[in-house]
Amino acid sequence: MARATSTQRRWVVTIVAWSVGLLIFFPIFWTILTSFKTEAEAIASPPSLFAFEWTLENYGEVQERSNYFRHFMNSVVISLGSTLLGLIIAVPAAWAMAFSPTPRTKDVLMWMLSTKMLPPVGVLIPIYLMFRDTGLLDTRTGLVIVLTLINLPIIVWMLYTYFKEIPGEILEASRMDGASLRDEIIHVLTPMAVPGIASTLLLNVILSWNEAFWTLNLTAAKAAPLTAFIASYSSPEGLFYAKLSAASTMAIAPILIMGWFSQKQLVRGLTFGAVK
Amino acid sequence: MSTRQTRTAARLMMSPAVILLLGWMIIPLSMTIYFSFLRYNLLMPGTEEWAGLMNYRFFLTDPAFFSAMGNTLLLVGGVLTITVIGGIALGLLLDQPFFGQGIVRILVIAPFFVMPTVSALVWKNMFMNPVNGLFAHAAKLLGMQPYDFLAVSPLFSIILIVAWQWLPFSTLILLTALQSLDSEQKEASEMDGAGPVSQFIHIVLPHLSRAITVVILIQTIFLLSIFAEILVTTNGGPGYASTNITYLVYAQSLLQFDVGGGSAGGIVAVILANIVAIFLMRMIGKNLEV
Repeated sequence: MARATSTQRRWVVTIVAWSVGLLIFFPIFWTILTSFKTEAEAIASPPSLFAFEWTLENYGEVQERSNYFRHFMNSVVISLGSTLLGLIIAVPAAWAMAFSPTPRTKDVLMWMLSTKMLPPVGVLIPIYLMFRDTGLLDTRTGLVIVLTLINLPIIVWMLYTYFKEIPGEILEASRMDGASLRDEIIHVLTPMAVPGIASTLLLNVILSWNEAFWTLNLTAAKAAPLTAFIASYSSPEGLFYAKLSAASTMAIAPILIMGWFSQKQLVRGLTFGAVK
Repeated sequence: MSTRQTRTAARLMMSPAVILLLGWMIIPLSMTIYFSFLRYNLLMPGTEEWAGLMNYRFFLTDPAFFSAMGNTLLLVGGVLTITVIGGIALGLLLDQPFFGQGIVRILVIAPFFVMPTVSALVWKNMFMNPVNGLFAHAAKLLGMQPYDFLAVSPLFSIILIVAWQWLPFSTLILLTALQSLDSEQKEASEMDGAGPVSQFIHIVLPHLSRAITVVILIQTIFLLSIFAEILVTTNGGPGYASTNITYLVYAQSLLQFDVGGGSAGGIVAVILANIVAIFLMRMIGKNLEV
């Protein structure tokens, strides 16, 4: 009896949860679907769900009209570049704080976090003027610099929480065995630190890819990543739903896939260890 | 364990990050503060002069500031209400055993990974457009008049879009917190005859309170700076109907080229964010063991 109700309950929950899940996902599904329609079918009323003529035309047209690939590469260069640069700066810092903490380590960590709380609009004008005067406006280099700086606190924090989980006893044991500092770092610590570094990289590529304050304000045509490129669809000419959908699908697909792998890190990275 | 040598090494390893962040924080912020006391317009270079508190007086008495302030509070409050209540409900739902849990979780989390400009434009055109949007098609099908979301209720529409983007975040965090709830405690209360409602109020909700606070604080920090969604849907309009503080400062400085006024607005935004940040930092600090 109890078993029967529990199976029944499981089915009810399954139906409710799937309905809610599909409802939340629907806008993304609809965008992907529309990207395979013709412009006329994209606005047809009533819209057709699957009974339309599938076409890949939009993808080609988006590329042809606006050199989509260049903006895609801008996104790749900017998000990967800023994340790698951030890691190069953050790994030693997080390492030092995790393995030789001082009484001031906590203050330093909290202070770094506080820089993340600074609203970007509070420094928009100076950054804009500095970029204008140094020729960094609308360059990938400029965006890599800014995104590195705004994500640095998150990178340091995430790495710190991962490094903190590496037990210190292992270091002492290897030292007892006569390992040099170099051996210690290469053979003992690095293998244990790699998963944490990889997760940090993943989450920060996602955050940089989707960053839409600095990318919109500091780029024009040349260095615009996908966030800024897609924004140009807000004042369209003629029919554009299918093309907007194709451009959007290509812009979100890589990050959706990466995002699904990074669910756990998302919680850790964005709550600064406050929820585990 | 830490000798003087390792301590020096540690300091060296930390210095690039510390110096860069220090520069990032101090240099532009002090420039903004300085600009906020100047009469400084980008269209009239060379005419900068000391203006005292004039910019603040203008900014803080501008009717646009009051509507932007109100809109900021509505936007943050509206999105928080939807995402916290929705997040608790979804968290409780996804915490139950059911078929295909992993896939549903992925579906629910997906909106968080959609870049802001894409989600705003997709909602604006393919759903909320009064002629060709899906909502308009649905309304016509039901024999109702299509509703022009972004023209008639721009702020409400933006709240919906932003809430859709942030619901996955609160759900994920609250679900993570729910999963750490001691099942023995739950079972014990069941034995004591507690119904699902009293169980939720007396056991689940207190357990979640910490995670809820974290969700509220972190989202507030991000929501105060909502920009792209407004830029591509309404441009802050009609009038100032959907302008928040962030967008107002942007418009003042980069559209009207009023650096002085924009800077004063920027400093107001920094102060607002700091009020929230203090509480958030205190919570995170408590949890941090060095």
